[in-house]
Amino acid sequence: MPLRIGIVGVGHSGFDSMTPGLSTRELMFEAASRAYEDAGIDPRKDVQSFICCTEDFWEGISITDEYMPDQLGAVLRPLCTISSDGIVGLATACMHIMSGIADVAVVESHSKISDVLNPDEISSFALDPIYTHHVNADPRFVAGLEMARYLKETATRREFCAQVAVKNKKNALLNPRGVHGANLDKEAVLNSKVAASPLTELESSKTIDGSIVFVLASAQKAKKLGNHTVWINGIGWSSDTPLIEDRDMARAAYAEQSAARAYKMAGVRNPATYFDLAEVDDTYSYKELQSLEALKLAAKGKAGKMVESGSFDRDGRLPVNASGGSLGVGHMLEATGLHRVLEAVLQLRGQAGRLQIPGAKKAVVQSWRGIPTATGAVAVLGN
Amino acid sequence: MKNRVAIIGAGMTLFRRRMLESPKELSFEATRMALDSAGLELRDIQSVVSGSAPDAFDGMHMKGEYLLDGMGGIGKPNQRVYVGGGTGVFTPIGGWWNVASGMYDTCLCVAEEKMSPLHPHPQYAFWSIFDQILERPLGTTLLWIFSLEMRRYMHKYGIKEEEIATVSVKNKGNAVDHPCAQLGAKITVDDVMNSEPICWPVKRLDVSPPSDGAAAVVLASEKVAKTLTDQPVWLDGVGWTLDSTHWTNRDLAYPEYVEKAAWMAYKMAGIKKPRKEIDIAEVYDPFDYKELHHMEGLQLAGKGEAAKMAVDGVTQRDGDLPVCPSGGLLGVGNPIAAAGMMKICEVFWQLRGEAGKRQVKKDARTGLAQAWGDLMQVGTVAVMRS
Amino acid sequence: MKLSQKITSYPGHEITPEDVKDGKYLDVVYKFEPKYSWAAGVAISRFLADLKEGRIIARKCMNCERILVPPRMYCEKCFRPTDEWVHIKDTGTVNTYSISHVGTDARRLKTPILVAVVDLDGATPGMGILHNLGEIEPSKIKVGMKVKAVWKSSSERQGAITDIRYFKPVGEE
Repeated sequence: MPLRIGIVGVGHSGFDSMTPGLSTRELMFEAASRAYEDAGIDPRKDVQSFICCTEDFWEGISITDEYMPDQLGAVLRPLCTISSDGIVGLATACMHIMSGIADVAVVESHSKISDVLNPDEISSFALDPIYTHHVNADPRFVAGLEMARYLKETATRREFCAQVAVKNKKNALLNPRGVHGANLDKEAVLNSKVAASPLTELESSKTIDGSIVFVLASAQKAKKLGNHTVWINGIGWSSDTPLIEDRDMARAAYAEQSAARAYKMAGVRNPATYFDLAEVDDTYSYKELQSLEALKLAAKGKAGKMVESGSFDRDGRLPVNASGGSLGVGHMLEATGLHRVLEAVLQLRGQAGRLQIPGAKKAVVQSWRGIPTATGAVAVLGN
Repeated sequence: MKNRVAIIGAGMTLFRRRMLESPKELSFEATRMALDSAGLELRDIQSVVSGSAPDAFDGMHMKGEYLLDGMGGIGKPNQRVYVGGGTGVFTPIGGWWNVASGMYDTCLCVAEEKMSPLHPHPQYAFWSIFDQILERPLGTTLLWIFSLEMRRYMHKYGIKEEEIATVSVKNKGNAVDHPCAQLGAKITVDDVMNSEPICWPVKRLDVSPPSDGAAAVVLASEKVAKTLTDQPVWLDGVGWTLDSTHWTNRDLAYPEYVEKAAWMAYKMAGIKKPRKEIDIAEVYDPFDYKELHHMEGLQLAGKGEAAKMAVDGVTQRDGDLPVCPSGGLLGVGNPIAAAGMMKICEVFWQLRGEAGKRQVKKDARTGLAQAWGDLMQVGTVAVMRS
Repeated sequence: MKLSQKITSYPGHEITPEDVKDGKYLDVVYKFEPKYSWAAGVAISRFLADLKEGRIIARKCMNCERILVPPRMYCEKCFRPTDEWVHIKDTGTVNTYSISHVGTDARRLKTPILVAVVDLDGATPGMGILHNLGEIEPSKIKVGMKVKAVWKSSSERQGAITDIRYFKPVGEE
């Protein structure tokens, strides 16, 4: 039997390059207030578990959960940090509901990257201190290594990657959250500054600020809350080795494993034809192609051609990152997975405005934690 | 819940001020030992929950990712759970929901901390737990919140430093029998009273040391556990609670967050009278007064009454309610997350009657492990039964 | 002495600072320097601006009627926005105190720092802030003692918690 956990409320704030007027906590309060209103709940009475997905150094605070309860309505309630992408937070909430300790659970994640003056110093500090950290380069060198290997092994043409950036940035122009939307051509993308060869700047997502809050409920409870429940029918998360040198760089093994678990749970047999839309990792252009193959939405080595031919456009066979994804909207650190879920939930509710894909009923969402990790998660959603 | 959850194996490394092993190697050693004790191999494990406190100690951003291969997490679903000092007891709680939810049948729970890499002193990491605008400019140290809380606790209930010192004497004494202990010693109340004041009323011997170490347990669903062991220890109650960020607005004399976490766990385990039904307790003791403070929050002592129990010997290993028979953080050492997990391991060994010289005198059937964390804020509680 | 009767060996090797100094074991040294410029937000920006003026400002929640300091734009008990700004006094009561002989990096200090949670007058009882004490012998500090803020001069104040130098005793003695 597929998993059946309801997403009964969503709220978000920020979605801007900078949010200098608000503290992280005030940004969260805005998002949480909207999510609770959306779900029609009082967090002081109705929620049994709160989960935040954060990492200390992004906040500049050791033990960030200290600063989380008040603005979520979670004081003297079960609250914890899951140091991972927001979709792993959703998985945690699902397990809390399945184990019976919660009827209603709340998941929050945010980015306040505008508070961080030297994010590369922090990203680099996640590299192995003995084997890798000495590489004194923009941490995106890891992406450059992966991209080069992916292009070679799959014989994908270089400009297919650029087309991902063109597509997603264009989609974002219709999205009110699309901070990095733009109408560009492949030439412009390929000729932009090299970030880490072969990856260019316009193929690298840029970070933005924002907070996203989800309210989840058991199937029974969901019937009583809100009137636009979107269901989580499958969820999976996984990690490949932390040793960069040991990985098969052409593949996103973590995404393959996460997808296999989520699909099994949801009873998805033919992913390539099952979904109406996909919001997948596009932290870097090639990541979207690599992810689509891991998710079996494209055959090995074929994702590039399909992007080029328009199969993944908003009006294509399977709209991929119709929201604009991270390239078009912006990257939100650990909240990136929740951003993708947010866009999919709005689509399945029919609330996606000018982005709306008519009749969307089934969505797959996938995220990756970013450099230098090989950790990611997949969720299968339905309305 | 879908599955009753059992602990079927446990392991830990030595706890020392500085270890040769890297964070990954420490994790591996504890993990291997826990798997061996459960009679399992990594391929039998379906999911992994990892626990480690601030990244600043080991000196890694995204420490949970870095540790993964040492913790057996490659190719498996992994969650790093994190609630500051409460993380050690919270790690098996994370494992509990992996199994109780029916999502997985076996789960490996590993907690690691290597505090020695941070220079000039591990304490420095704690500066950045304070509010960056209102508190850090005052030159904060972690010791401040403890000494402020200890002073308030003493003031409110009229408790003397000498009474509190008996906890340090007991725990360091108990640790003499623990093979992994860093600071096992036979000391006296006078030794504690005469040790140098570091943040009065906190003195040197009131405090647990910084340490390196790792500890791990293996959890399994009832169905699987019964095929593997005749002696499962059931994880029958779990609870956790976070209080407000604004610790200076709070009654520091009483840990309400521990009370709330405890009742969540007691309710789940069907415990109505904790003082009568709990046989042994591994209460969180990073400072000696904290053991007393937490016993009150856990409803194992009335408000302001835990000190008398300590002085009267009730909490000794041969007492009516043995508390920290392992030697606790004060004696065994305090590699933050691993220290909380050590408490889970100790209750596991005690309830199986395998604790050797540390075995409590009474017939212990129900045990409790608790940890605390953050800005006087987090309680994590696990109730275990043989 | 055994962990468990079933376990007989304990993994791990202790090393000393001398082992490392002597080159017996190697380590990799790195100074990690993340830099932040935290947005103080609505509540704390106003709090800091008032400190610069030599005043302490709090926020009131009309639902639970608490006057909250440090101020916040939301009430954590009621989960609703707070309603109005209220100036409170720069006097208060020592809720608890400590005499710190060590600094942030655990090094021993020549002169101890006196630390206290001071419950501020005019805020709801129990609303304290963390600060230092001054102009008092450590042995004379008492829980419940009345204290008053000692401010930096207006030209020295910059909108920081340290615009208050410390709190000093007032009243009897």
